[in-house]
Amino acid sequence: MPDSMIEIEGLTKRFGPISAVAGIDLTVTKGEVLGFLGPNGAGKSTTMKMVTGYLAPTSGRVRILGHDVETDPIAAQRCVGYLPEGAPAYADMTPRQFLSFIAEIRGFAGDAVKARVDSVVGKTELDPVLDQPIDTLSKGFKRRVGLAQAILHDPPVLIMDEPTDGLDPNQKHAVRALLRAMASEKAIIISTHLLEEVEAICTRAVIIDKGRVVADGTPAELVARSRHHNAVTLALPAAQGEIAKTKIRTLNGVAAIEQTTLSNGLVELTAFPKGGALLIEEVSAMAVAEKWDVKELYAEAGRLDEVFRAITTHDADRAREART
Amino acid sequence: MSAVWPIFKREFMAYFSTPLAYVFIVIFLFAMGAFTFYIGHFYENGVADLSVFFAYHPWLYLFLVPAIAMRLWAEERRTGTMELLLTLPVPVWATVAGKYLAAWAFTGVALLLTFPIWITVNYLGHPDNGVIVASYIGSFLVAGGYLAIGACISASTNNQVIAFVVSVVVCFLFTISGAPLVLDFFRSWAPLVLVNAISSFSVLTHFAAIEAGVIDLRDLIFFFSLIALFLAANVVIVDLKKMG
Repeated sequence: MPDSMIEIEGLTKRFGPISAVAGIDLTVTKGEVLGFLGPNGAGKSTTMKMVTGYLAPTSGRVRILGHDVETDPIAAQRCVGYLPEGAPAYADMTPRQFLSFIAEIRGFAGDAVKARVDSVVGKTELDPVLDQPIDTLSKGFKRRVGLAQAILHDPPVLIMDEPTDGLDPNQKHAVRALLRAMASEKAIIISTHLLEEVEAICTRAVIIDKGRVVADGTPAELVARSRHHNAVTLALPAAQGEIAKTKIRTLNGVAAIEQTTLSNGLVELTAFPKGGALLIEEVSAMAVAEKWDVKELYAEAGRLDEVFRAITTHDADRAREART
Repeated sequence: MSAVWPIFKREFMAYFSTPLAYVFIVIFLFAMGAFTFYIGHFYENGVADLSVFFAYHPWLYLFLVPAIAMRLWAEERRTGTMELLLTLPVPVWATVAGKYLAAWAFTGVALLLTFPIWITVNYLGHPDNGVIVASYIGSFLVAGGYLAIGACISASTNNQVIAFVVSVVVCFLFTISGAPLVLDFFRSWAPLVLVNAISSFSVLTHFAAIEAGVIDLRDLIFFFSLIALFLAANVVIVDLKKMG
């Protein structure tokens, strides 16, 4: 694997009796943007802390561009840009001072420091606050200072713990565009709670739960696991609802139909396909042939949040079991 | 090696970007003056030397140096910047050294600002300036020793108050280990070698030797090995904390 930039093998972390990370294997290659998903406490941040060398693993190992993080941390850390959870920065410094400090510590000197700082300040649009103490900045600017320090040395590997947390929709868009622009040359891991973010920028989604990988695939593959994958929904007057329901049920590919009554005298029918079959063409042809007064008709790719919940809601299930 | 300088610079500047530096320096100078003039009776002694001034330094440092040291690591843990600092491509020893040297340089600045008393004593009489220079060096070394102890303890806790209290106690033990109070306790049962060893850990004994105007290699070795020991422990503690 010539392009594998991050290799994680059997990574575990125990804090006393608790296994925060319980054996994770992952390989991230150049050009991949891996979205790390999971409920709170699933082990996302702990994994990232071990990948960047802040925490030592209980067992297993991590290699960044072939450098073992435990035995050769300096070489590994040189290749990594890291945005820790909450984007910590020295509150008493200004972004200019802080980024210059990071540049110097990363081995830049003289004019190169200024050039690097200017370049990331442009990319993260920090100009308006460059000389204000970080303490006084809004959450969005603080987050961007954290991003700026992570990408300052143009690292081949980026590890970002919730990079868009606290940003408004415009800023989120800007950060995603920034990440997408860099993605082809780098291996990027981002953790996030925002499922739409995964669909927007990730080439691969990994869901972890209780310290284990429970799903790994492209966002499209994960979405395809959804009950709503290729489901067709149409809205039509309530009078035609029952006929339409019976007719659609006769179609081969239909597994089930759900009906919702809308407030404006319409009913909404959702047909779920058998084994991900495509229904939209048959349903729309039928609607035309039967002359239904269709107000709305659409097919869905699937719902990532549904997949996410299905995979990770064991806690609620167990709690319910315990009660009965 | 190159990473020590940016860390030193950042840490040193951080003192002056908050009121901490100014409050510390004012209290330090005020306390120095109070001890020298009111408790040490500088004028009444009628002697043109600074021995009463330096005699109180270890006791003042006992409380003021842990106050500087307590934030060194505990603050980084509290604000989360520890994670940033330790994931930068810098060896732990360089971070430890940079932070420590900045704090030590800061105490050096505070100490240098006591220069008016040196001018005063030269105006009043003809002191032995060689002895005064030696005493300043000794005083700076005492501060450095306490600071290494405080830095090490700061690295082991997130709580600055605990860091302060424990540092004061440990520094106190190192200060008075040569005093009869401690030695008599050991003399009754411990072998002479141990008693001598304990007495040789006393910061006061070594400071007194330098303050007399003689910078003996043994005293320098004592202070530098004290500093090296606690900084090495500091590195180990920071590494151990990675284990979680």
